[in-house]
Amino acid sequence: MNYNWNWGIFFQPNPMGTGTYLDLLLSGLALTLETAVLAWIIALVTGSIVGVMRTLPSKGAYWFGFAYVEFFRNMPLLVQLFLWFFVLPEILPRAAGLWLKQLPNAPFWTASIGVGLFMSARVAVQLQAGIGSLPRGQKQAATALGLTTVQGYRYVLLPMAFRIILPPLTSEFLNTIKNTAVAITIGLLELTGQARSMQEFSFQVFEAFTAATILYLLVNAVVVTGMRILERYVAIPGYITGK
Amino acid sequence: MLGNFDFDVIRRSLPYLFYEGMTFTLTLTALSALGGLIFGTAIALMRLSGYKTLGRIAGLYVDFMRSLPLVLVIFWFYFLVPYIGQWLTGASRPISVGAFASSLITFIMFEAAYFSEIMRAGIQSISRGQPAAANALGLTYAQTMRYVVLPQAFRNMLPVLLTQTIVLFQDTSLVYVLSIPDFLGAASKVAQRDGRLVEMYLFAAFVYFTISCVASFGVRRLQSRIAIIR
Repeated sequence: MNYNWNWGIFFQPNPMGTGTYLDLLLSGLALTLETAVLAWIIALVTGSIVGVMRTLPSKGAYWFGFAYVEFFRNMPLLVQLFLWFFVLPEILPRAAGLWLKQLPNAPFWTASIGVGLFMSARVAVQLQAGIGSLPRGQKQAATALGLTTVQGYRYVLLPMAFRIILPPLTSEFLNTIKNTAVAITIGLLELTGQARSMQEFSFQVFEAFTAATILYLLVNAVVVTGMRILERYVAIPGYITGK
Repeated sequence: MLGNFDFDVIRRSLPYLFYEGMTFTLTLTALSALGGLIFGTAIALMRLSGYKTLGRIAGLYVDFMRSLPLVLVIFWFYFLVPYIGQWLTGASRPISVGAFASSLITFIMFEAAYFSEIMRAGIQSISRGQPAAANALGLTYAQTMRYVVLPQAFRNMLPVLLTQTIVLFQDTSLVYVLSIPDFLGAASKVAQRDGRLVEMYLFAAFVYFTISCVASFGVRRLQSRIAIIR
């Protein structure tokens, strides 16, 4: 391979005037994590609501949950981000659209909400499966004890369901981190975006991508380790994963 | 507002969108799924082979690919493939690889990691008696896999494989980052040329949604039909 390797490139100043190229990549990593965490909060909250709706006896709630999940699952994430970023400000009333367009950090908010809603459909499906996996007696016992539907979910069904679906939720969180890279298309300078701009400024393409790859692997390792500990901590006694 | 929604721009660009864009997207999806399945099955067989090193290498490959965002992998291969080509052919400079070949290689390598996990689950779902019986009949390892294990594993996993292919179909839209005119890329080109972002992106969303919906409905039906045969 006649490629000029230059690993020292990371310690040279970047043309943005924000320190070295390494600083550039680390700022991208920070933005990736911020976007992913905000998106994950959105995904968990809306996903849980929709997931619960899909298990309620009400036909209307079930169909709303069904339509919600199908809507967000059957469009590529990239297309959804374009809809939020380019289309939404145009079809809103003029004043609201203008406000959206002038929002500072628009790519960050769009990416967080867009990725969050995209992932919420997946969280909803997982939670529905988790609640569905509980024995029917749990719900009946809650009712027999005089708990209302809300109390039944709050104190009986959800604490069990969330602990059961923790492993799949871990991989959904990892997917959320990876999916933030799609926001490069709406101009968010997260880790992949910064690696790409480093490649364009310095022409050291393989060093830039290698560094980004290592950072993604590190984040992955940290999240997986953290979740293992959490899983052990909240494991349900009596289940295979429990003590 | 939607008051001046221009249907005509969609009608005018239909031939371009479907003959060029959708053809690219569907060809890429089909070939990547096929290549990913073949390569993924090989990886799954490596992991289950019982040879420690071979299994370790395959496992590392799968974990590695699954930890990276697809966008980063697309960039990696886009820049790396010309150098690999140079190394393979012994040319004096990096060879130029077309947009289609580059993205096809990317998706095959990337999807192989995901397909291999599905096939691994499929192979593990076959009861131990099956390969044992094949062994007793005097079949070699290759024959056992070819005639006994893989056909059943493939059949059991068909709905999951097809669902993954629908995900792949949606993921191919990410070649947008290389300015390749797949379906979304073509829509985006027209959108920017005519200043009609709203119409073109809504139409693209509608088309992706319809195709994925119909396909996943079909998969669900297939699943309920083959679920009984046991």
